[in-house]
Amino acid sequence: MKGKLSQALGFTILTLCALATLFFLGTIIFFITIRGWPALSWEFITQTPQQGMTAGGIAPAIVGTLYLTLAAVAVALPLGLACAIYLCEYSPKNLTVNLVRISINNLAGVPSVVYGLFGLAVFVKMFHFGVSILSGSLTLTLMVLPLIISATQEALLTVPQSLREASLALGATHWQTIRRVVLPAAFPGIFTGIILSIGRIAGETAPILFTAATFYMRGFPKSILSETLALPYHIYALMTEGTHPERQTVIAYGCALILLFLVLAISAVAIIIRHKQRSEVVA
Amino acid sequence: MTWRKDRRNFRENVYRQLFAILSYASLIFLLAITFTLFREGLPIFHYVKPLSFIFGKNWYPTHEPPEFGVLPLILASGLVTLGAMLVCTPLGLGTALYLNELAGEKQRAILKPLVEILASIPSVVYGFFGLAVFAPFVQNLFHLPTGLCALTASIILGVMAVPCVCSIAEDALSFVPKSFREASYALGANRWQTLIKVVVPAAGSGIFTALIMGTGRVVGETMTVLMVAGGAAVVPHSFLQPVRPMSAAIAAEMGEAAVGSSHYHALFAIALILFLLTLGFSILAELLSRKFRAKLGGLL
Repeated sequence: MKGKLSQALGFTILTLCALATLFFLGTIIFFITIRGWPALSWEFITQTPQQGMTAGGIAPAIVGTLYLTLAAVAVALPLGLACAIYLCEYSPKNLTVNLVRISINNLAGVPSVVYGLFGLAVFVKMFHFGVSILSGSLTLTLMVLPLIISATQEALLTVPQSLREASLALGATHWQTIRRVVLPAAFPGIFTGIILSIGRIAGETAPILFTAATFYMRGFPKSILSETLALPYHIYALMTEGTHPERQTVIAYGCALILLFLVLAISAVAIIIRHKQRSEVVA
Repeated sequence: MTWRKDRRNFRENVYRQLFAILSYASLIFLLAITFTLFREGLPIFHYVKPLSFIFGKNWYPTHEPPEFGVLPLILASGLVTLGAMLVCTPLGLGTALYLNELAGEKQRAILKPLVEILASIPSVVYGFFGLAVFAPFVQNLFHLPTGLCALTASIILGVMAVPCVCSIAEDALSFVPKSFREASYALGANRWQTLIKVVVPAAGSGIFTALIMGTGRVVGETMTVLMVAGGAAVVPHSFLQPVRPMSAAIAAEMGEAAVGSSHYHALFAIALILFLLTLGFSILAELLSRKFRAKLGGLL
């Protein structure tokens, strides 16, 4: 009897925990959607800001985030793929490789504001790139690298060993096996991993705080060496700078909704594809 | 024929070496970050002794003469992290246990991906929600002069870390072999007893890994605390007081600190503390998860 009672109580508590989690996260999404919706319009996402950032659209911020994110992934991709291929496919065992593995894990845990400071000291000051898209995206590159490496590693590990052995038995070299057999088989997994990493860094604010982002700028960035508006930073700046808090808050809600939608949509696509693949592999 | 074979071997070697060199990038980046933080952070000790830097109670970096005591910032980080983990631990682990034990196939198929998707909500969105919606609510609830305080920051951060902790803990739980459960049921234990006395201890170090990774994430989290913690650099006495954690201090003040000034070096020194702290958490999590794999590895 006592066992039954404690079981009922325990399970009720677990259910309440799960419901509370869904409730809290749901509330955040609910409020931002409800209050952000009225701000949205075609002009809002296609026009530049007007009247000292208190009116008009946020197109340059969307474009700026796109530039920063895509540039970061473009630089991190070759490094990440090479690293994952080396660790999984050549899998040498020595001290340096162990150090590489450890540093990937640690790099993933470094706080985002520390990346920001590193970018400021190295890219902005030492390399004289200034506050620019270049500095910002290189800073984001460091952040996204461990994500891309672990996603690619995971995808490579799902490729059955028998495929590699069959290819090698047919006389293919190690590299030919990797390029013609392993990579094509792992491609869907790698691809979803990359999309997921894009979703993760698109919303990062602290790394671009001192390296790329600015608030008072009317137009689009002119070159890779110019500073830029960025969607996540724009939300922060609208709430903390400027002279018309009431008008800026409305725009901030709109920005938050767009950012939330973009990031959730990107990761939803990637995660749903991944879960489908996994259940197919299991079947 | 041999020249052809040689060429092939040569090409294989080139690819191997190329991948090896590129794979060192992470190691180089981590070393570069460590080196930069030390190089830019250590000069602060020309201005202030290490002990009075860490245990000094006054953080007045722009006064004349400036005072650099980071104790209020360290304590603020500790307080907010503690509060956040008090929120995050029951929610994250409870949800993980629910997913593992109570959710049916269909529910699991929806909830597990959903939790992963929610993990990608950017911290600035949490900060914005805290600032625009939750802080006014807290202010009214407790009749405070401002809703931006350690409590608000703790709750928002705690909720933010839930998806991350929940995913990792659920992975650890799902690694526990089915035979453990079956053995326990066979001995007459019910589902709850089995879950608490067999499954959870078996996944123990994996669950700890989840909590440690969650803590590491919360300590270093910047935008949320910058927006909702209130920003007062004083030694905190209660949860209802505005505080300025280390990450928020860096983000808020770096914009106005002149490059090469004592303030600039002080902020890098804080970043160094933060970096070493999270490095410690990462290493601890790594060691624990190794132990976990070693423990269950022979049984899978």
